[in-house]
Amino acid sequence: MMGAEFVPLSLPPMLIGTFAAIACALPGNFLLLRRQALIGDAISHVVLPGIVAAFLLTGMVSTWPMMLGAMAAAVLAVLLIETIRRLGKIEPGAAMGVIFTSMFAGGVLLLEMTDTSAVHLDVQHALYGNLESLIWLDATGWSSLLDPDALRYLPAELPRMAITLVVVALFIAAIWRPLKISTFDEGFARTLGIPTGLIGMALVTVAAVAAVAAFDAVGSIIVIAMFICPPAAARMMTNRLERQIGWSVVFATISAVLGYVLAGYGPLWLGAQDAVSAAGMIATVSGLILGITALAGPCRTRSGAPEGA
Amino acid sequence: MLADALLLQLGYNATLVAIGATLLGVAAGMTGAFLYLRKRALVSDAISHSTLPGVGLAFIVMVALGGDGRALPGLLLGSALSAWAGLLCLGWLVRRTRLAEDAAIGAVLSVFFGVGIVLLTVIQTMSAGKQAGLENFLLGSTAGMLRTDAIVIAVGGLAILAAIFVLRRPMLEVAFDPEYAAARGVNVDRVDLAMMGLVMAVTVVGLKVVGLILIVALLIIPSVTARFWTERADRVILIGGLVGGLAGYAGAALSAAEPKVPTGPIIVLMAFVLFLLSLMLAPGRGVLAALIRHLRFQQRVHLRQGLLALAQAQPIYEVRTRRLLRRAGLARADGVATEAGRARAARALRDEKRWEIVRTDPAHEAAAEFYDGLTDIDTVLTSDQIAEIDARIGAPKGVPA
Amino acid sequence: MLELATADGRVPADDARKDSPLAVRGLTVSYGEKPAVFSVDMTVPKGSMTAIIGPNGAGKSTMLKAVLGIVKPLSGQVEVFGCPLADQRARIAYVPQRASVDWDFPTRVIDVVLMGLYREVGLLGRLRGAHVDRARSCLDRVGMAAFADRQIGQLSGGQQQRVFLARALAQDADLYLLDEPFAGVDAATEKAIIAVLKSLKSEGKTVVAVHHDLATVRDYFDHVFLINVRRIAEGPVDEAFTAETLQEAYGGRLASTQVDQLSAVLA
Repeated sequence: MMGAEFVPLSLPPMLIGTFAAIACALPGNFLLLRRQALIGDAISHVVLPGIVAAFLLTGMVSTWPMMLGAMAAAVLAVLLIETIRRLGKIEPGAAMGVIFTSMFAGGVLLLEMTDTSAVHLDVQHALYGNLESLIWLDATGWSSLLDPDALRYLPAELPRMAITLVVVALFIAAIWRPLKISTFDEGFARTLGIPTGLIGMALVTVAAVAAVAAFDAVGSIIVIAMFICPPAAARMMTNRLERQIGWSVVFATISAVLGYVLAGYGPLWLGAQDAVSAAGMIATVSGLILGITALAGPCRTRSGAPEGA
Repeated sequence: MLADALLLQLGYNATLVAIGATLLGVAAGMTGAFLYLRKRALVSDAISHSTLPGVGLAFIVMVALGGDGRALPGLLLGSALSAWAGLLCLGWLVRRTRLAEDAAIGAVLSVFFGVGIVLLTVIQTMSAGKQAGLENFLLGSTAGMLRTDAIVIAVGGLAILAAIFVLRRPMLEVAFDPEYAAARGVNVDRVDLAMMGLVMAVTVVGLKVVGLILIVALLIIPSVTARFWTERADRVILIGGLVGGLAGYAGAALSAAEPKVPTGPIIVLMAFVLFLLSLMLAPGRGVLAALIRHLRFQQRVHLRQGLLALAQAQPIYEVRTRRLLRRAGLARADGVATEAGRARAARALRDEKRWEIVRTDPAHEAAAEFYDGLTDIDTVLTSDQIAEIDARIGAPKGVPA
Repeated sequence: MLELATADGRVPADDARKDSPLAVRGLTVSYGEKPAVFSVDMTVPKGSMTAIIGPNGAGKSTMLKAVLGIVKPLSGQVEVFGCPLADQRARIAYVPQRASVDWDFPTRVIDVVLMGLYREVGLLGRLRGAHVDRARSCLDRVGMAAFADRQIGQLSGGQQQRVFLARALAQDADLYLLDEPFAGVDAATEKAIIAVLKSLKSEGKTVVAVHHDLATVRDYFDHVFLINVRRIAEGPVDEAFTAETLQEAYGGRLASTQVDQLSAVLA
């Protein structure tokens, strides 16, 4: 791959995809261990109504109002799920199913009933994102990475996703200990004075931040897949939380890079003309990795824990 | 216009679609109820998303064989096969690895969906794929639906209902208590499989009307709604079917009357409205009823604790207890018991003494089970028994009964 | 006239409460519409080994959880060393029921024990060699030093319980609260745990345990608290652990043959 072609066309989407994948996988590890894996699924569905509502309120397609709208929708969804679960004594899975499908339906309805033909806002974009179009036309080769003029025209998604990743990583590092303890043993955590409810809400919020930023760049399929597949595959590789996080970052990176390459170049190798969906391919690769670790990972089965485990 | 739609006056096709959507709603509501009672509601999410690769592959295969890629029966067959594959992957992950079911569901749904999207983009590049309209399977669309499509859906819905009728007993037994069902000779695995087969059938039939992302709603919301109205499993299923049918009918009619309104989302939102109403207003399990019950219960606890404290001349620390006593006219603002308060307090204390006897006497074992600090003893024992107990305490003096 | 100020002798005097590591009054906890614990007073003497005893569903564990703020009481007050719970958390160590956590969690034995040092190390403080050494010595005290690097899912029930106890030891508290520490553990573990608890007592610490084996109450504890939704009896074992109080707590559920056996123990 020559720099003249690679840097403007492939490097930015590859980096954006990788940052998005890691930003989702990090909180995904804890959601997985807390048996809340499907919160990621719920969040990614409600992003659409959030964005549509923000558009209707502000009347414009600009990034910040939409991201705020999506954040608000994600937090609202989590609160609603928790509320109806408690109020109606509904099991968590069913409560989730009620809320995220209804909110998604509301989003689609709003979208179809308002005139959004003038703006780029449709369901398909929300689902698959548009990773392939995030190119950097001002780059001429590797040297452009040092050229301030060219750097100014980087796709805005790249710095945004990079910042999101840093924020997510810093946040998890900051609440690492209380997060780990309250995930393992909530009762004990409370006796230490850890506000477990707050920690849980903070985790979901940071997951929502990652989901919303990633969604904007890569669509909701990657978001759901990256919340679950890399952490699940990582769990099969090790019995230690720190190493599990490390593996999940590795798997997320492989999924993003390999998925992007296969989507862009795979069809050409097979003699076809056009690339296929990068978002779909990244999810597919993450699934293959999960399949391999489920077949051969050293810690794939429950480790013969005795009764009561 | 709306009235026309609700009364099926918008022409043959719209009527057919409304009937199809109603049957689909009933079938989805009832099937979902079994799933809900088995506590596996979200498995339907994995099944529905797994249909997408099948739709894409079926289209590619049909075109490759020289046929029309859009033929509905072929697409539905493909979707059923890939949903089956998704279900197998799900079962394998849960049984063979340490993943919990929720993680396995998320993994299967996202990966299968991703594969499906890849296939859709492949189809878009095929010459036959330009107007394939397969995207409609994501969110459903009844606009421009062929008459034969509507008939396929209606017949499919009826077939599912017939299958539910045949399988209802073993499915209920397994949902209620799988171990007991197994002990009685029911093949639990096979019944579970049949249940999943029904979910798959609902998904496949519903693809065209509500789409694969929202069919989950039609499987989950009606049964959750039904649960508010009854404590009986068989009625959850019937009411679930009713809610699903109502939502399907109202949604299809609304969308026929106002073509801008997409069918799938409006059906789901109809179901959600029914859910919200039930959550709030249902007697027994509804929020309003529970709130009233809880407030009453708290007052009872505080009053009883307060009365016992008054009777034993103990200080009352809780502000709320004091306020309640005062409001009931049992104590004055300074916390001193009134005439009525003293009488009630003495009675509470006497009841407590009687309970003490009941609880130490093995002869009253069954009655002692009811003790929780609040239950009045005369709701548990006969007046003769109470008199016998009072005789053991020593007759109460100066306490009005 | 009933004056609020004139408390009678049934309620321990205020200074006795101030001295107590754990004083509870008017505690009511309810799950749904039925109180699990109703209007309970309890005063644990300093330096005692107190057993909380009662039949299944009598509110033993609920009582402990309410004391620790894990479940929210409907009414009542809890004082730890004469102060509200929030100010005294550092002086309490808690050993939950084994079944309350996910033993499939990806972590090692030593990591679980290090969780006991969380308050000391703080939110961002670094774990140093000294901390790890202390965690190891706590493991050593419960006979689990050889298992420090094992994944917790690979332990037997008794070993899991010992790890929980080691974590509590690492907290270096003044009041130890244990929820059914002997439930489902092997005989060797039971002996090891009771030895540790007795040595804690000899160091002047206070131990409160939910306990269900009536036959061992006399050997293990010096103070009992009998509960069956309401407080039945409370005091030194000799005074409060009698055939009468047991009959009241357990009602008819204590078969007469059991009563006979117990009176043999009690005699």
